[in-house]
Amino acid sequence: MSAKMNFEVPLEPERYELNAAAPYRFDLGRRDFFKFLGAGIVVVSVMKPALAAQESGGARRRRDDSLPKEINAWLHIGEDGKVTVFTGKVEVGQNIRTSLSQAVSEELRVPIDRLQFVMGDTQLTPFDMGTFGSRTTPTMNLQLRRVAAAARDTLIGLAATQWKTDVKGLVASDGKVSDPRGNRSVEYAALTKGQQLTQVLPEEDPLIPAADWRVAGVSAPKVDGLEFVTGKHRYPSDQKLPGMLYGKVLRPAAFDATLSSIDTAKTEQMGVTVVRDGNFVGVAAPSSQLAESALKAIHAEWKSEPQPANKELFDYLRKNAESTTDDDDRHEVGSVDQAFGSADHKLQATYTVQYIAHVPLEPRAAVAKWDGDQLTVWTGTQRPFGVRGQLAEAFHIPEDHVRVLMPDMGSGYGGKHTGETAIEAARLAKAAKRPVKVVWTREEEFTWAYFRPAGVIDVIGGVHNDGTITAWEMHNYNSGSAGIRTYYDIPNQRMVFHPVKSPLRQGSYRALAATANHFARESHMDELAHSVKMDSLEFRLKNLKDERLRAVFQAAGKQFGWGKSKTAGQGFGMGGGYEKLGNIATFAEVQVDAKSGNVKVIRVVSAFECGAIVNPDNLRNQIEGSNVQGLGGALFEAIEFENGKILNGRLSQYRVPRFSDLPKLETVLLDRKDIPSVGAGECPMIGLAPAIANAIFDATGTRLRALPLVPNGLKTS
Amino acid sequence: MPTIHLAINGKSYSVDADPQTSLLTVLRDDLDLTGSKYGCGEGMCGACTVLIDGKAQRSCITRVGSVAGKQITTIEGLATGDQLHPVQQAFLDAGAMQCGYCTSGMIMSAVALLRKNPAPSERDIISSMDGNVCRCGTYSRIVSAIQQASKMPAQAAAKGGTR
Repeated sequence: MSAKMNFEVPLEPERYELNAAAPYRFDLGRRDFFKFLGAGIVVVSVMKPALAAQESGGARRRRDDSLPKEINAWLHIGEDGKVTVFTGKVEVGQNIRTSLSQAVSEELRVPIDRLQFVMGDTQLTPFDMGTFGSRTTPTMNLQLRRVAAAARDTLIGLAATQWKTDVKGLVASDGKVSDPRGNRSVEYAALTKGQQLTQVLPEEDPLIPAADWRVAGVSAPKVDGLEFVTGKHRYPSDQKLPGMLYGKVLRPAAFDATLSSIDTAKTEQMGVTVVRDGNFVGVAAPSSQLAESALKAIHAEWKSEPQPANKELFDYLRKNAESTTDDDDRHEVGSVDQAFGSADHKLQATYTVQYIAHVPLEPRAAVAKWDGDQLTVWTGTQRPFGVRGQLAEAFHIPEDHVRVLMPDMGSGYGGKHTGETAIEAARLAKAAKRPVKVVWTREEEFTWAYFRPAGVIDVIGGVHNDGTITAWEMHNYNSGSAGIRTYYDIPNQRMVFHPVKSPLRQGSYRALAATANHFARESHMDELAHSVKMDSLEFRLKNLKDERLRAVFQAAGKQFGWGKSKTAGQGFGMGGGYEKLGNIATFAEVQVDAKSGNVKVIRVVSAFECGAIVNPDNLRNQIEGSNVQGLGGALFEAIEFENGKILNGRLSQYRVPRFSDLPKLETVLLDRKDIPSVGAGECPMIGLAPAIANAIFDATGTRLRALPLVPNGLKTS
Repeated sequence: MPTIHLAINGKSYSVDADPQTSLLTVLRDDLDLTGSKYGCGEGMCGACTVLIDGKAQRSCITRVGSVAGKQITTIEGLATGDQLHPVQQAFLDAGAMQCGYCTSGMIMSAVALLRKNPAPSERDIISSMDGNVCRCGTYSRIVSAIQQASKMPAQAAAKGGTR
């Protein structure tokens, strides 16, 4: 893959997106802006049709009122000089409230503390498909910069009119426009006073180049950090309304079970609301304890069919693969079979990945309230507009009767794209005629959310004695096609994704299938390097032309001290790749205790390049976090299931990374101010698992091909 | 239901609650002190950590009846007016959070640790904090924040939870 292609790779479709986006109709006219925002200046950003289709999941109908439909963000400067920015993106811990503030502050030339962001409120913000796929930085950050730049130019224009002078020579800074020649200046607030100006983003408007950034490009603390260290921030599960009841939902005894009998007589006498609607059974009560007791008093019997267990998972996935006719699922160049025939070494291996859970520390939560047939829901989701669509569908009401608000939530990692609690709370609230809150327990979150897909990956590599890879074939069963294509320069390639009807409900997860596909590819690269007795780094670089990827491998190798000698039990390994437009190389050091088989990751060095860096400290935080979270899936996380039941759905049974698992983390940032900024929440995770597997091989000679690698330590016998 | 008297953050509260109810539920639902979080319900994640007579305790597995009359400190009671507790300040300075959902429990556990051990080693911090989960993976920053707080004037860092 050439460096140029890095810019042009289309958004990988979210194969496991659980719900399609609803078509959107923008209902505000020009005048309405000022009705709810007050006078001032509004600048709206309109997406190009191609981009709009990609971000919103389809073309829209245009209606002929005064504003274009494909609006994706807008910004308002009030008469008091306060700036309010509206975006459908949401804050889930990736810190975009801060990074987007930096972008707007930079272009608008206004201090960060004068900015307010309204995010993920379906009534106030423009439609957005959702916050996933590392799209905020390459798209929304850019759009908001353009919006802010246009607003700044409008303000300069107003000042020029007021002073009867030319815009040239006027300077915007610190919330003011100044005229150095006339030695005068005017606050933005004074310029917006009495105005009702709307401006659609001009087609071309030069932005401040990254090399000249003053606010963006440097570390900025979390804009509302104080709210979090004082416990004042209200997460979705902290929302409370007057007269609110607490809801609980009866869960089936197994997946896909149907209710065969139910007796709610006892519960009916407990002074609670009981709802039975098809397979939905729930209660709402004035306290959560009463709701819990009421739920326990229901006697229900369920009927379910036998279902596969994770013990036979990989056989199941292989045997149940569906034939695919989708061109997106196949990628083939050259003459693969012929090239394997003439290779000096041909190596075949199978890698596997278990289902894992997101375990967002805040479980799903929602508060729902009805006013007649108008529904308002506060809930934690990465797709507020998607949840609005689900609610409209569930209750047979138009989407404009539903408002979804998303208070900054306790993380998601791709695990909160759906609106289960929103629907449950709304159903109970409808029956109770009062607001209802539903917060899932940890067990519910483990069982009734969805998982990162499990998978089986077959890889065949053909290599010449001089280390040139001549052919590569890869088959992924179920886990997904994200990151399946190789960035190594191999003339003959065949990649096939084989969809399977998953035995468990599966969906998005941070970096999606890229983690599994990179684990297989980067492990196999090491196996091939060993087959021709070449150094792993040298072997990679010999087969890699992409300059950006070469740069991260070299930078990480240098920082790591690749090539140094090791002691007994010590092992070094690497993995890396290209995903969501970012480039990562990860080097790991492990220590294996021969007696106990205990594997400890001692040190992880990551080199990452994602174009021009917006916030270096937050970028480091994301990379460190990816490595720590990635440790779980790499070393020990796996969902155990049998007959439609999760067997380890509690934190006491499902091990997540803790302080004592923490390796020494070192991060090398490559800042490419000449390349547009892209996201960083996902890509940094993909190099870790293969780096650890390769390091374990280096330490012990044992090749592990299954994630998690060492759920019970390494069996060395 | 019996009336239970609670002393939280230097204030007295009376709640009508089943003594078997968890302290976390009473704090969050009855008293609207939502800074303490639910994460697992079995004392395995530390998001609900509060101080009981100065010691860190998981409020999700603490029965409200067992803490009547004891001094309870939650995240809401840690700062003195606008003056943050040194551990709160250190978390801000170190950027030791992403989504922040674990933060209040982390801070309360760290405050308890520094009360007991004002100059903990890295190993002390790791072993003492191992029951607190941060799914965003900011552990190394949290360790730095606690180290930073421990270097602040001893009196200031050990303060909190003494009321």
